[in-house]
Amino acid sequence: MQNQTIAELGAGLRAGEFSSVELTQHFLQRIERLDGELNSLVTVTAEAALAAAEAADRQLETGESSPLMGIPIIQKDIFCTRGVKTSCGSRMLDNFISPYDATVTQRLLQAGAVSLGKANMDEFAMGSSNETSYYGPVKNPWDTSRVPGGSSGGSAAAVAARLAVAATGTDTGGSIRQPAALCGITGLKPTYGRVSRFGMIAFASSLDQAGPMTHSAEDAALLLQTMAGFDEKDSTSANEPVPDYSEGLNDSLQGLRIGLPKEYFGEGLDPAVAASIESAIDVYRELGAEVKEISLPNSGLAVPTYYVVAPAECSSNLSRFDGVRFGYRCDNPRDLEDLYKRSRGEGFGPEVKRRIMIGTYALSAGYYDAYYLKAQKTRHLISDDFKQAFAEVDVIMGPTAPTTAFGLGEKVDDPVTMYLNDIYTIATNLAGLPGMSLPVEPANGLPVGLQIIGDYFAEAKLLNVAHRFQQETDWHKLTPEGFA
Amino acid sequence: MQWETVIGLEIHTQLATQSKIFSGASIAYGAEPNAQACIVDLGFPGVLPVLNEAAVDMALKFGLSINAEIGERSIFARKNYFYPDLPKGYQISQFELPIVGKGSLTIDREDGSQKVIGITRAHLEEDAGKSLHEDFHGMSGIDLNRAGTPLLEIVSEPDMRSIKEAVAYARKIHQLVVYLGICDGNMQEGSFRVDANLSIRPKGEEALGTRTELKNINSFRFLERALNYELERQIDLVESGGQVVQETRLYDADKDETRSMRSKEEANDYRYFPDPDLLPVEIDSARLESIRQGMPELPDEKRSRFASEYGLSAEDAGKLTLSRPLADYYESTVAAGAEPKMSANWVTVELGGALNKTGLELSESPISPEQLGGLLKRIADNTISGKIAKQVFEAIWSGEGDADSIIEARGLKQITDTGAIEAIIDKVIADNPKQVEQFKGGKEKLLGFFVGQVMKATQGKANPGEVNKILLGKLKD
Amino acid sequence: MSLDRSDVEKIAHLARMEMDESQIDAYAKDLSNILGLVEALEAADTDHVEPMAHPLHMAQRLRPDRVSEGDHREENQAIAPNVEAGLYLVPKVIE
Repeated sequence: MQNQTIAELGAGLRAGEFSSVELTQHFLQRIERLDGELNSLVTVTAEAALAAAEAADRQLETGESSPLMGIPIIQKDIFCTRGVKTSCGSRMLDNFISPYDATVTQRLLQAGAVSLGKANMDEFAMGSSNETSYYGPVKNPWDTSRVPGGSSGGSAAAVAARLAVAATGTDTGGSIRQPAALCGITGLKPTYGRVSRFGMIAFASSLDQAGPMTHSAEDAALLLQTMAGFDEKDSTSANEPVPDYSEGLNDSLQGLRIGLPKEYFGEGLDPAVAASIESAIDVYRELGAEVKEISLPNSGLAVPTYYVVAPAECSSNLSRFDGVRFGYRCDNPRDLEDLYKRSRGEGFGPEVKRRIMIGTYALSAGYYDAYYLKAQKTRHLISDDFKQAFAEVDVIMGPTAPTTAFGLGEKVDDPVTMYLNDIYTIATNLAGLPGMSLPVEPANGLPVGLQIIGDYFAEAKLLNVAHRFQQETDWHKLTPEGFA
Repeated sequence: MQWETVIGLEIHTQLATQSKIFSGASIAYGAEPNAQACIVDLGFPGVLPVLNEAAVDMALKFGLSINAEIGERSIFARKNYFYPDLPKGYQISQFELPIVGKGSLTIDREDGSQKVIGITRAHLEEDAGKSLHEDFHGMSGIDLNRAGTPLLEIVSEPDMRSIKEAVAYARKIHQLVVYLGICDGNMQEGSFRVDANLSIRPKGEEALGTRTELKNINSFRFLERALNYELERQIDLVESGGQVVQETRLYDADKDETRSMRSKEEANDYRYFPDPDLLPVEIDSARLESIRQGMPELPDEKRSRFASEYGLSAEDAGKLTLSRPLADYYESTVAAGAEPKMSANWVTVELGGALNKTGLELSESPISPEQLGGLLKRIADNTISGKIAKQVFEAIWSGEGDADSIIEARGLKQITDTGAIEAIIDKVIADNPKQVEQFKGGKEKLLGFFVGQVMKATQGKANPGEVNKILLGKLKD
Repeated sequence: MSLDRSDVEKIAHLARMEMDESQIDAYAKDLSNILGLVEALEAADTDHVEPMAHPLHMAQRLRPDRVSEGDHREENQAIAPNVEAGLYLVPKVIE
């Protein structure tokens, strides 16, 4: 049951082969049995899930046709969920029972999706290995001595281990695509503004975007269909019509122009990963695509730019966690300053503190121009690279991450090395473009992700390109041993 | 040494919207603590701001009224600092590209001359909450109802050279924002708050002295007193060899002094940057044009129109246009058929006096402009005298009806029958031969005595002009 | 750009985060390394480049001025660390 697609499960539900309650129980049991080792979930909402499944079963009897009706999913713990702890992977919010739903949460629930629980994640989505979580690291189901990637590491591991049909994630610098690559699943970061950010706890407001994490592009299309759309509660939400993402999945790729940025295949890329990517590109050649080398000359500026812009925004976004209205508050504050300093000092972990401090510094008097303003300008250069590239090609392809999953503890003490994991994913966030990762031939016995980057609001094209690949290959169907 | 005073003001006006600047919570005054603070105002995780259209329009209205430069784009920025009344740890304000750029306002000085005061900018921002200092087991209570209330901060150039000018400027801004209907002007409730920057320099010197900032002054009287205190303090300090320190000072109205607010002084580094949750506001010409179309007549325009259209003195025109309701009242009175100059007099003196005495606002006046106009018409057409009119005014005030019915019921109609008046005058002359003798002997002041006698005999109903004319004719025979 | 202990203390104070004495050196090292990474920006020629604050070229949408939020104080304060009489309590605010 856990290996079926959303469409297959939906058909089974409608045909009465099984009920949503049975399906939900099946996954809850898998979580019970398998998540102890993975630690992919922070909260399991079994009771609420079963109640939702019952409601879905009643709806299904009436002939309700929403494709997500009765389908068990997992929400990254960054999405506010009414009445449920929403921790964002932080001690700061360990006691935060949200009084409201995020727009994404609300839309999925309205569509009848059954939420099994909340996925572990890097604290406040800051991390590339899921090791910064207050709730401990998540393990990669392909090799539990390795990281699942981050920050949506819990979502990726849970989907890879078949603990849910699909999950939501968020991506600020690669946080959907990189864990999807490292865990062998399909992940899509939509165009900035495509999915509402309301109720999604902010890391870096101009970069954050929510998206689906699934086994296949076909499933991703169904999830995105519900998640995407204009939201009047988010000023940065795009008032653009949402196309039918499933409609063009099978469109021919004959004549598709694929650009391979030479900067994404240079030094630092694991040769085994490069080989897997090359063979995936060959599949596209066979499907009739034209492949050419392109250049994104300012790629080298992406990581440095990101590590100014994202910390600057986060330093301000996280100021609201002050121990006054919600969240962690230190014991017996001596005075106001002590309340702030200890609540924040004790409530945030080291990586969050590092980023808040870098951001505070980059915005402070005397440094603003050299760091923040400069980074806003280099951001423009990076964005312009893509603009030029999309004048020549339809999609850009390359590796999602430079290596396969690395060992737990291997990079956690060296922030800069950790940051370089996102070297291929960050630029799309800076430009606001949609990007996707899909599993290709494994390397070193571990999953490898192919990244596909599209032009603004070209999600349907990305899904089409990914789906055709998944029609030709079975990499996305591989299941880690012990989780079949 | 002769000192010159240099003053600039930053005025925070609370905009008269229904809802907050970035959320749908109400801004009504006086709610239960935190009952009007929604999750956006409280800065809960993941919530986002959406800009209130009315706040933008009100700011633009102000911009047009001071002939300001208004750019096509305006940007919101975050001002970062920690304070318990600031829920997000930053205030959404504007830094670069404020909604209203350079403009100016003309004030009247005491000597009757005018002076143009430069306005540097006016920007939109959200208000903070309030810290209540009553003792909660040694703690302070935070009420965030006010957090997110839209403010327009109007920043002047340091163009004022006296405390009088500063107060005149503040009053003029107050009059303007109330006229525009963008602020209720209620200073007690904090809808109009003034921060003043004051420095001194030797007369003739060009370089500005070190300024101090006086915070949160909520009445014109306090503004004057705070500035007076601060001016003297600075002069004393400098003359005794000291130096002014740039700092924020709080005016304490109870002690009538300003004192340093050291707690807010420590090296503020606000780390302004564009708010990534909000996009650039684009002001297109259609929006500006439609606001321009809806602009009310401004105080200065109204004042000159009153002077020319109604033939009023500059002083009367100024008085009557102090507030829009008063000007409207006056114009309704005239529209009801009253003579303009007489109306000006009655509205400012009689009605103004009566309201003052009873402590009522103009909006609570028991006499409508139509009723007042009706009364004044009867003076003009000689039905009653000015003196009788005051009686009738009081009767209308106490709810006895309008002028005509009161005149009728009380039989106050003026005697216009010349024959009847002549007969009474003849009698008065006959009864007072001694006074007639004295009058004819040159003591012309006695005319008043005769008029008084005639009025007494007619219970004031004789037309005074007519009485005068006939009396003079008869006495001079 | 390398940060020393006093820089770290200053930044931590601005960000209102308590720093354990023993951690300051480690933060100074990590932050300096991150700034080292960021230094690559200096080489970029941005003389004629406009700063980009947002990925999309959209204008701010305006919300009609309508009261849409009711009183949710009870719900919102149910998770507050310290409230009394509807007020959030904090150590004395001194002005």
